Amino acid sequence: MTQTSDGSSPSSDLHNDTDAASGGLGRRKFLGYVMAGSTLVVAADITAGRPARAAVPSDPQIPEAYDLEDLQTDSALPTSQLITVTITKEGRAKFALPRTEVGQGIITSTAMILAEELDLPFDKVDVTLAPARPELLLNQLTGGSNTTFSTYTPIRVAAAIARGRLIEAAAILFGTTADRLTTTGGVVSDALGNQATYGQLASAAASQVVEAVEVVLRPKEDFKVIGRPRNRTDARAAVTGQKDFTTDLQVPGAKPTMVCRAPEHGGTPKRLNNRAKILRMPGVTHVAQVPTGIAVRANTFGQCIDAIREMDVTWNNGPVHGWSDATVLNKLRKGELPLVVPDVPVLAQTINTNFAFAFRSSAALETYSAIADVRPDKATIWAGLKVPILAQQRVAEAIGMSQDKVKVNVITGGGSFGHKLFGDHAIEAARISKAMKVPVKLMWHRADEPRQGRLHPMATSRIRATVLNGQVLSFEQRHTSVTTDFSHGLGEMITSQADELDPLGIGGFGFAETIFTLTQELPYNFGLVTQLLNEPLEFEDKFSTGSMRNIYSPDTCVAAELTIDQIANKLGKDPVAFRLSMLKNERVKAALRKVAEEGSWGRKMTPGTAQGVAIHKEYKGCTAVLVEIDTRPQTVNRDLGKETVTGPRVTKVVIAVDAGLVINPRGLEAQMQGGAMDGIALTLTSSCHLKDGRFLEASWDNYFYTRQWNVPPKVEIHIVKSDSDTPGGAGEAAVGSTAAAVACAYARATKRLPTFFPINHGEISFKPKSFVPPVPQSPTNGLKLAR
Amino acid sequence: MPKQTFILNGKPVTVSVNDDVRLLWVLRDLLGVTGPKYGCGINVCKACTSHINGKAFNPCATRVGDLKPKDRVTTIEGLAKTTPGDLHPMQQAWIDRDVVQCGYCQPGQIMQAVALVKRVRREGRDIRDSDLDSIRNICRCGTYVRIREAIEQGARKMR
Ligand code: FES
Ligand code: FES
Repeated sequence: MTQTSDGSSPSSDLHNDTDAASGGLGRRKFLGYVMAGSTLVVAADITAGRPARAAVPSDPQIPEAYDLEDLQTDSALPTSQLITVTITKEGRAKFALPRTEVGQGIITSTAMILAEELDLPFDKVDVTLAPARPELLLNQLTGGSNTTFSTYTPIRVAAAIARGRLIEAAAILFGTTADRLTTTGGVVSDALGNQATYGQLASAAASQVVEAVEVVLRPKEDFKVIGRPRNRTDARAAVTGQKDFTTDLQVPGAKPTMVCRAPEHGGTPKRLNNRAKILRMPGVTHVAQVPTGIAVRANTFGQCIDAIREMDVTWNNGPVHGWSDATVLNKLRKGELPLVVPDVPVLAQTINTNFAFAFRSSAALETYSAIADVRPDKATIWAGLKVPILAQQRVAEAIGMSQDKVKVNVITGGGSFGHKLFGDHAIEAARISKAMKVPVKLMWHRADEPRQGRLHPMATSRIRATVLNGQVLSFEQRHTSVTTDFSHGLGEMITSQADELDPLGIGGFGFAETIFTLTQELPYNFGLVTQLLNEPLEFEDKFSTGSMRNIYSPDTCVAAELTIDQIANKLGKDPVAFRLSMLKNERVKAALRKVAEEGSWGRKMTPGTAQGVAIHKEYKGCTAVLVEIDTRPQTVNRDLGKETVTGPRVTKVVIAVDAGLVINPRGLEAQMQGGAMDGIALTLTSSCHLKDGRFLEASWDNYFYTRQWNVPPKVEIHIVKSDSDTPGGAGEAAVGSTAAAVACAYARATKRLPTFFPINHGEISFKPKSFVPPVPQSPTNGLKLAR
Repeated sequence: MPKQTFILNGKPVTVSVNDDVRLLWVLRDLLGVTGPKYGCGINVCKACTSHINGKAFNPCATRVGDLKPKDRVTTIEGLAKTTPGDLHPMQQAWIDRDVVQCGYCQPGQIMQAVALVKRVRREGRDIRDSDLDSIRNICRCGTYVRIREAIEQGARKMR
């Protein structure tokens, strides 16, 4: 196994760009505050440091100047809210991050930013997750990989003010002036040997009143922490079993609770016919009907499962009663927006492609879980939530309480991939607790996730390109999708931004179209480029959907990059050379050159194996991916036992990423590796099958996310030097480009253009689990299988 | 209600619960030992992987009544105590390779890794790529690459 990372050795030139670079934070002054308190508390506006918006771009494609991250950060502007850093008398820095950690490593990178600007040892920085802060509005949304980008400057401003105040306090103490003092490792000292720790200075540096202060941020040539690889802060807790997730919390009286759900997607309960019998079952304490099913609370989750399996429930059909994959696909095809025949010379050749993408489950390994304690006059929630404010609002609505009576505690989540953007679990738990009048610890069964949980919508992507004399004259892409649910707040952000967006010429679109327009960017010189989304109205309120480690991009990227290979082929050009000649962005070209070189592009491959390459530009950064795939029968048909989907194996992945200013190269590398595993699954194995209104999948042996036997033996991540002054997003950046590179390699290896993804969706390689009862019983042969 | 007795992380425990309740719930819901995670309840995801008498097994697929008083159950919480030092070499390898993302699967991954190394040692050989390929534990964050590196490092230190 090879693992390389250009960024894993400290490299000062990683950030040696000029002030003129994007963001231009240079020697600009920022305003912050010293708050009144008995110890030093400093604050900065969470919107500090956003550069003034560029003028209306002349380029027809919007994302180059203004992408989803700008939208998310800009929607913060009107609220002007403060984040605070506290220096305790023990000399520690405390900061509650208004975001959610679901595995992306933002707690670690945030602590690094604080340590850098404070000159405090990394292990003296405590970053926790803030509970829902309604006043922050949508500044408390973790999505679109935007965390580091939007919090980087405000956190630095607060930290720089704190350091300045501590120096001033020390100057008074030592009887000297601030310019003669230096800070290292949480200690202020002068040349004479006087020293004071931040802890000793914290009270003296405190203020009686709120004071506004101006600061200049540390130049990045001086960075000692940012840009250096750093391990996760919570690693030790995680590997010793001490890291607590929602269901690990011990909240008094919150007993295990599960829900018996309808066989059909979105189906609802009419009534439970054997309530008395269920209440008599061992361990069962309460049963209650809620809009999503029949809830049962018991001493153990096992007894909840037993109870669910005994329930006799009359169900209402779901909103997609009778529909199957083919029904949805037909409706999508009918809803495709027409391709406008471009006005091209008659001799131009046309390349037409048409791809479809199955439903996919956005479930994490931790199933939806939430603890709720709803009392007559107040409610408390504990859950992994990416938009806690919205969850608080919805919970309040659901239980008929005012929002200020609902306290929402944000718990580190066991993965998210989009589904924790929604508060489904918190709302359901609150409803159950209210109905049962006791605290509950709600956990979804694994089977509930693909069947009733959030799905990445089924979609088609149709492309027509025209070429003449080696040039691409037009490239039209029509993406048609089952409605994507944006009710988690992204939609509201857009509403609040409508005025600002209009000058950019995308007014008049719905939420989904706006997001699509803001996230899609095809950085090629392809003449007339149009990429349009349509989400036909007939899918409104039919499926429970959401984004899944990216919204539309993985699918549109697969479609576009496969088509680009077709064009190159038609023109008799090499896929890498063709892309390099057509790319208009130097950063993307640099990344592509890097993977071509490191991955030995063009090396001779045996029949049935092939290389593939793809690029993706989004979130103020870009990735290029080169993969090698093995589609030979001996590999595809490897027999690794029952319920083990093998299929083609990706044998090598080489990723080059330009993610702007890199806070933590080790974390970035991890995000790239994880994104690559998602990309492989999207193209080769993972999907949900809809049949007669029901989703068949109910287990990880049905829903084939990448497993060890699918993992490429070689994965290399190269971090490309960036000129950028600000951090870009990372969590999702490698998904689309890996999915596309795998698809391109597969097409080359099999000499057949795949048109439906994942490629194995056509065969159902498992026996669907029962729908009534909706959850499988746990096996009993565990001891026999011990090895 | 029947009394269930077994050895948990080095200490005998007794719980009153029906025989057919799976051990995972006894550990998590009744004893508050939450290192083993729930990810499926049907012995597929392997998030609950723990050790019985030194071998990997899945408490979600084991009736508590099937345990004997002498059976030694080790969860991630008790792993460090099975070797000298304050962490098991496999846990240290996990930290060194910075494997963890969300962390939910990792207790199970580490318990699986330790048992795998012990098993191939019993077979008188070293870990092969095919052994790593056969690990069924899901990691939905996709940390597989670093898991493989960490197992190789941990195995070298597990002498
Ligand atoms: S919970 Fe035990 S294997 Fe999944
Ligand atoms: S680290 Fe998140 S599931 Fe493995």
